[in-house]
Amino acid sequence: MAQSPMSMTSGEVSIAVVRARTVRAAERGRRGAKAALWILPIVVFIILIGLWYLAALYYDKVVQLSFLVPYPHQVLAVVFFPKAGLSPSFSSQLLDGLLNSTEVALTGLAVAIVIGVVWAVLMSQAKWIERSLYPYAVILQCLPILALAPLIGSLFGFNFLSRVIVTVMISLFPLVANTLFGLQSVDRAQRELFQLQGAGRWTTLTKLQVPAALPSIFIGLRTAAGLSVIGAIVGDQFFQRGTPGLGVLIQVATLRLNGPGAYAAILTACLLGVAAFLLFGWLGRLAVGKWYDFS
Amino acid sequence: MLPVSTTAPAPTTTTTAGTLLDFTDVAMQFPNGTIALQHVDLTVNRGEFVTVVGPSGCGKSTLLRIASGLEVASEGSAEVDTNRIGYVFQDATLLPWRTVEDNVELLAELSGVKKSTRQAKAREAIDLVGLAGFEKNLPKQLSGGMRMRTSLARSLTLDPELFLFDEPFGALDEITRERLNDELLRLFVEKQFAGLFITHSVSEAVYLSTKVIVMSGRPGTIVGTFDVPFPMPRDPEIRFTAEFAQLVGEVSHALREGHH
Repeated sequence: MAQSPMSMTSGEVSIAVVRARTVRAAERGRRGAKAALWILPIVVFIILIGLWYLAALYYDKVVQLSFLVPYPHQVLAVVFFPKAGLSPSFSSQLLDGLLNSTEVALTGLAVAIVIGVVWAVLMSQAKWIERSLYPYAVILQCLPILALAPLIGSLFGFNFLSRVIVTVMISLFPLVANTLFGLQSVDRAQRELFQLQGAGRWTTLTKLQVPAALPSIFIGLRTAAGLSVIGAIVGDQFFQRGTPGLGVLIQVATLRLNGPGAYAAILTACLLGVAAFLLFGWLGRLAVGKWYDFS
Repeated sequence: MLPVSTTAPAPTTTTTAGTLLDFTDVAMQFPNGTIALQHVDLTVNRGEFVTVVGPSGCGKSTLLRIASGLEVASEGSAEVDTNRIGYVFQDATLLPWRTVEDNVELLAELSGVKKSTRQAKAREAIDLVGLAGFEKNLPKQLSGGMRMRTSLARSLTLDPELFLFDEPFGALDEITRERLNDELLRLFVEKQFAGLFITHSVSEAVYLSTKVIVMSGRPGTIVGTFDVPFPMPRDPEIRFTAEFAQLVGEVSHALREGHH
């Protein structure tokens, strides 16, 4: 303990010491919390990979069907160190599939955004429109798309168009529901404020309702983005014509008992969904983060 | 000194040039059967600041809604002789995505006032309510009192002749509320609008007004009218005088009588 400065009484010194200790403890606490924020997710990740290795070991040594659960390093190897002689290499097939699925997902998502926002805006205009149109959004959400997919193929062809249609059907509901919720979230007094100035429907929509709805629209978009990737993969499973996406790759790899390949394609599809989710989350924060706590 | 009318309002005369709001035997029944108001006679003249006190749910706010045209009285006549009406809601009702200045510009913008004019108006109003320097702030960066100032500034851009206030300071702490009462009185003297103010605070009512109206519980009827004799501009110290306390007592008494 350093000698106390002359100007301090012993009481002041002890207060200062206590304060310094408290500050140090608080700093330690903060650093601890910060570290936990980084370390724990990594620990969880390592545990999951460990469990995967255990499962792979079981299927390899006990069940002796190692392609059902390949080792994680085999999955990495099939992507980054493709076997020579295979043409085109698996990793280039994977990249092509990824690009094609991304194209389908984004196209479907774009169409879903337009339909979803227009649908919700219409419903926000009058209670009777909402009551007439909302049930179909719910019905759409409940349609067994998997069972319907072959029919969609027969109707619209087994290629790009049908893939996009399936994608739109899967990702539309969160957009409709969230946009409508957002448009209706405007409180009564704010609406009356506009009414008192004689603002019409269009002005109220563009200057009040749509800006107020943006946070929910982005939340819907984030969910829909993840779903659109699922839509693109599902579409692939049924529509084999046209340029193949990740779904086709998953199917082919599975049929050939290429475990590592199938897992690699599935994980790639997952990562595409996660990327879409993050991208739209980021766009949302960019658009409304200033005034809305978008997390 | 600004010329301020201190004449006591004549008891319900016919509409004169100075009358901005004239309610005669107004009643309000909602579609669900609730009777919010009954037999309400009320006038607000130029130079008057009329405050309505009453228990919550007595239909005070309905008076304002009728005056502003948001509701139509189911009986009686409700005449308002100006279209420059300011309306301040219970909440600040700011648009959270707009900065202070953009919020203040909103009403003029909705009325189609051109950009340069409304910007000048907004700047002036922001100065008037003491928010200079906060133009670029978003509502979430402001305190409750500052948000209410922004809301006041927004209505001031309309140059209201009749200013309607629906318990605007009810959610604020005592100190902020008193400060805003003083600011409001300053604006009243400076801008010479007529005010119709709703509150459930008796001392706020007496301090702000030239006339206090007491309403009974549902269905709301007027059970007492008090002229406030203190001159404008008002000295904040009057709140601690015996006359002030006595008037507050009388109003409170009437309020209790009417609230069975």
